Amino acid sequence: MSGIDAHLPALQVVVPMLTAGFVVLLKQRGLAWAAATAASAMSFAIAVQLTLAAIGADPIVYEMGNWPAPYGIVLHIDSFSAVLLLIITGASTLSLVGGHASLESQIALDRQPYYFAAWLLAVAGLCGIVITGDAFNIFVFMEISSLASYVLIAGGPDRRALPAVFKYLIMGSIGATFYLIGVGLIYLMTGTLNLADMEMRIANVDDLRPIYLAAGFITVGLALKAAVFPLHVWLPNAYTWAPHVTTAFMAACATKVMLYVLFRFDYLIFQGNLEGHAVQFTGYLMPLSLIAILVGSVIAMLQNNVKSVFAYSSVAQIGYIVLGASFITAAGMTAGVLHIFNHALAKGALFLAIAVFAMACSSLKLEDIGGIAKKMPVTFIGFVIAGLSLIGVPGTAGFISKWYLITAALEFGTTGAFIVAIVLISSLMAVYYVWRIVEVAAFGERLESAPEVSISKPLIVVLWVAVFANLYFGFVPELPVALATETSAILLEAKP
Amino acid sequence: MDILGLFNYWVFAILLMIGFYAVLAKKNLIKKLIGLALFQSAVFLLYITVGKVKGGTAPIFSATAEGDVFSNPLPQVLILTAIVVGISVTALGLGIVVRIREEYGSIEEDEILEMDRQ
Repeated sequence: MSGIDAHLPALQVVVPMLTAGFVVLLKQRGLAWAAATAASAMSFAIAVQLTLAAIGADPIVYEMGNWPAPYGIVLHIDSFSAVLLLIITGASTLSLVGGHASLESQIALDRQPYYFAAWLLAVAGLCGIVITGDAFNIFVFMEISSLASYVLIAGGPDRRALPAVFKYLIMGSIGATFYLIGVGLIYLMTGTLNLADMEMRIANVDDLRPIYLAAGFITVGLALKAAVFPLHVWLPNAYTWAPHVTTAFMAACATKVMLYVLFRFDYLIFQGNLEGHAVQFTGYLMPLSLIAILVGSVIAMLQNNVKSVFAYSSVAQIGYIVLGASFITAAGMTAGVLHIFNHALAKGALFLAIAVFAMACSSLKLEDIGGIAKKMPVTFIGFVIAGLSLIGVPGTAGFISKWYLITAALEFGTTGAFIVAIVLISSLMAVYYVWRIVEVAAFGERLESAPEVSISKPLIVVLWVAVFANLYFGFVPELPVALATETSAILLEAKP
Repeated sequence: MDILGLFNYWVFAILLMIGFYAVLAKKNLIKKLIGLALFQSAVFLLYITVGKVKGGTAPIFSATAEGDVFSNPLPQVLILTAIVVGISVTALGLGIVVRIREEYGSIEEDEILEMDRQ
């Protein structure tokens, strides 16, 4: 790579971050939206470039200000970062392009430039987390993205978003502070903040007790931010009452970025250096993720609000990702990473479809969306296909990751069979909770009081782009599978 | 190992627990935020303690300072950033509490939950 290409890793963060400052100054909200969308699209283009450069090649290492590691901060992009970069920038761009009409109806007009600025900061922060190679840098980006996402969630018209975001703020800050304590303890013992350097230096540490403590703090702190059961309590309300477009963006990527950091630390830094780490990691996370899958699905079946159905389903889906990772095998890790990608596609598409529905319904309670299928057939079909992908029906992206997950589980004999049974039961539950909504939408009666149908064409186009991605990666899964396989090779390399 | 030699670490642990307790146990949203601020400050103290070298001075290089022991400046720099982050979190949190007060007329967690349930 030469010329401007050589600086793409830095631009990935710099473009949205600088544009955010510029967007605040724009008085005209249409312009602010256009600038934010352009910056987001540009980030997506950069992410695609970086993915193409990272796939099948050595990681891209970019030294900020030409200071070599471990003294300077390096940006580090490999296949794992590439998966996340694609999801973050893709979800952001689709939601922004399509979300204009929906945001007009939900965000106070004079505050829209601020909303878009916060959006870009969230994108910059999330991208920063996945490309930096420095532990403290991760903390700073984590807080940038979190602070921005609190604003994005609280910016809507529903007052119930406020207590929800307060809870998120408290729990998110505790999670970030736990992470900070962990990083501090590692720094205390090794004197480095560079992730690659840390991995080497821990091997020379005599007294490993602080490192064990750090592993505990970092794992719990990040699990809290990633909404791993039972630390998920902030998630459902925050997703349910946020503006619809925010939910589509956040549900696709926010928690997964935290899982990325969790896997990076636990596999690359702790796994090879701490005796018994693998047993602990599997011993705690596997049962928790199985419970998450079951409990998340059961609660999703009982919800009466369409958005909270899928918010609780997210808790279950995070369970699948963590379950795959907790096997600590190549197959399991591949399944987990694939599910990060595929779940983002399915959930993103579902929440985009819900954003369209919301424009023609007085609320998103089940009874209020009755008969919506006849008014919006195109959106409805998109919703159904995305729902099938969430369930994991063959021919959709969701099937691919469930297939890999089941194959990975079967390596474990009897335990594996038990896990497969749970995965299948939870898929049946997903059939039920998706069907409940489909049934009401298709066969229910439309309420007399329902508002006029206003259709936003860009939003429907964007929804179908996401739906096609679900189908495309269901039939041609080579790209995500290649990225996921490489990721699992990278993450498990350090295994003793 | 003498307990007083670890004084700073004790303060870190105690402050951390007081803050954590306030966050979890208090129902008043402002008190929760105060707890959160304490919780974060405790961690700042941990970092600063780590960077201090006995008898160390500020790491400013000059001819007369040759042979001096320097304290590690990096934790201080890190914590400067973390303090900024902490202030932003507290400010945003207080902002949200103001909005909650406007919408619900209360800043007690259980009263707000009760209102949402209706």
